[in-house]
Amino acid sequence: MATAKSKSIRKREYQGYLYILPWLLGFTILQLYPFIQSFYYSLTNYSIMASPKWVGIQNYVTLLTNDREFWNSFTVTWIYTLYTVPGKIIMALIIALLMNRNMKGINTLRTIYYIPSLFGGSVAICILWRLMFMDDGIINALLSVFGLPHVQWLGNTKTALPTICMLEIWQFGSSMVMLLAALKNVPQDLYEAAELDGAGAVAKLVHVTLPQISPIIFFNVIMQTINALQAFTNAFVITKGGPLKSTYLLGMKLYQEAFSYYKMGYASAISWIIFGAIMVVTLLLFRFSSGVVYYSDAGEF
Amino acid sequence: MSESKKRRVRISRSVINVLITVYGLIMLYPIVWMFFATFKKNEEIFGSVRLLPQTFDISGYISGWKGTGGISYLTYFLNTFRIVVPVTLLTVMTCALVAYGFARFRFPGKKILFMILISTLMLPNAVIMIPRYSLFNKFGWINTYMPFYAPALLATYPFFIFMLVQFMRGLPKELDESAYMDGCGTFRVFTQILLPLMKPALFSAGLFQFIWTYNDYLNPLLYINSATKYTISLALKLSIDAESVVQWNKVMAMAFLANLPLIILFFSAQKYFVEGIATSGIKG
Repeated sequence: MATAKSKSIRKREYQGYLYILPWLLGFTILQLYPFIQSFYYSLTNYSIMASPKWVGIQNYVTLLTNDREFWNSFTVTWIYTLYTVPGKIIMALIIALLMNRNMKGINTLRTIYYIPSLFGGSVAICILWRLMFMDDGIINALLSVFGLPHVQWLGNTKTALPTICMLEIWQFGSSMVMLLAALKNVPQDLYEAAELDGAGAVAKLVHVTLPQISPIIFFNVIMQTINALQAFTNAFVITKGGPLKSTYLLGMKLYQEAFSYYKMGYASAISWIIFGAIMVVTLLLFRFSSGVVYYSDAGEF
Repeated sequence: MSESKKRRVRISRSVINVLITVYGLIMLYPIVWMFFATFKKNEEIFGSVRLLPQTFDISGYISGWKGTGGISYLTYFLNTFRIVVPVTLLTVMTCALVAYGFARFRFPGKKILFMILISTLMLPNAVIMIPRYSLFNKFGWINTYMPFYAPALLATYPFFIFMLVQFMRGLPKELDESAYMDGCGTFRVFTQILLPLMKPALFSAGLFQFIWTYNDYLNPLLYINSATKYTISLALKLSIDAESVVQWNKVMAMAFLANLPLIILFFSAQKYFVEGIATSGIKG
């Protein structure tokens, strides 16, 4: 009887495979296969019309040694990442810390800050940005009210990239809501204990608050970095990569090589360089975080 | 705490309140400005700091709605919903099934498979974009909406699976056990017991998928090439590229209309947004 019962339970456990089947198929066909295929393409000459022709590492060699545009895009993408990821997180953290107490109207405020994230990198908002930062646009008009000189935001190679970064940083609201939720979960007794030890506001922030929310910050940094390194829409809609390719992100170069020039093999090589960059950054972040990020449990299930 | 210190704390608190409110309003200003710009004449949009239009002129909406090349925004909106609604429903359904499989069953290889699932969270779209395009091209799916439906049908959204697994792990397993005692099968346990309890999480997942698909530009750009099948994002991009002199009030009117469904959705389901972000750590 007992064995019969446990057998039927065993049988039931195997039904799990049935439920995860859609994902198993999806993972194999739409993720794993394209992932491997992409690496293969990167070693070939491939336009969608004809079958791929093996060229070995030639695409990578050309990219790294013979394509000025690539190094420009590579630099532009890193600058974009280094502006937007810390910019967003720091902004989100400051506002979340200031909002983390019992105050009236907190829900309304949280809503206001969240709204920009709602629209994300939609074309509608990119167009709005382009209009606002035009030479005779609202931003320059506001500057003149304060007696400040006009800036050629999108027409100047020095300011075009920061202007696009601003659009990304403007959407810090979702990170903020996330951090705010994490802050609410910091156990109160930790603060009480710190106070007993004579800790001031700064000490409490450094020794209690930040370590407690560090996993969320860490998760945010990683996901934002992955997104930033392959960013596309903002630059494509607002500046089309210009002026003088100063906003020509790797994501844009990848798109144009693949879908304007049909150099799919070459574009795949670019995508693997993006992937490599993501892996390096993620590994470095994990390394760095092992001493800094604090986990209260090992997370077993 | 002494009286004067208390007062200092109170004053500094109200200063902070004012600061973050003002800063929040500055953050919101572009959207407000956008709304009023839709009623302005082209000349009024430029070189002026006035927020309100001189007259509320709705001609931007009327001429903008007609679109370009004889295709109106009605078509673009309908096309967008033809993608977004099925994608959202399919994603929620299949991700919930997969999450059930991971959260409630102990089968060999589960740990490894779950680790693979988590690692695909970090798989950049840039890497799989080209082979996927080539695959869908072989299937004859270019210029159809299948490239949007297929990933939703096959649950390739690890974010949502992870989020739903986390939620399901919080539901007591005794519920399942007692239903098994009563002779329920696993599918009935899922549909009759767990799904109703998961409503908030399902709703959050659906909302995010709706918004992301709605705002998406890259995938429609890759897969849709005839104007009758264009989504709103493609149509908006076309509207600033097609004409040599852009009628900005027209463009702003349509851009604002494009945002409107999201604004309505957000205000009618705010609770789920905040809960969704807070519980899953999802980026919105």
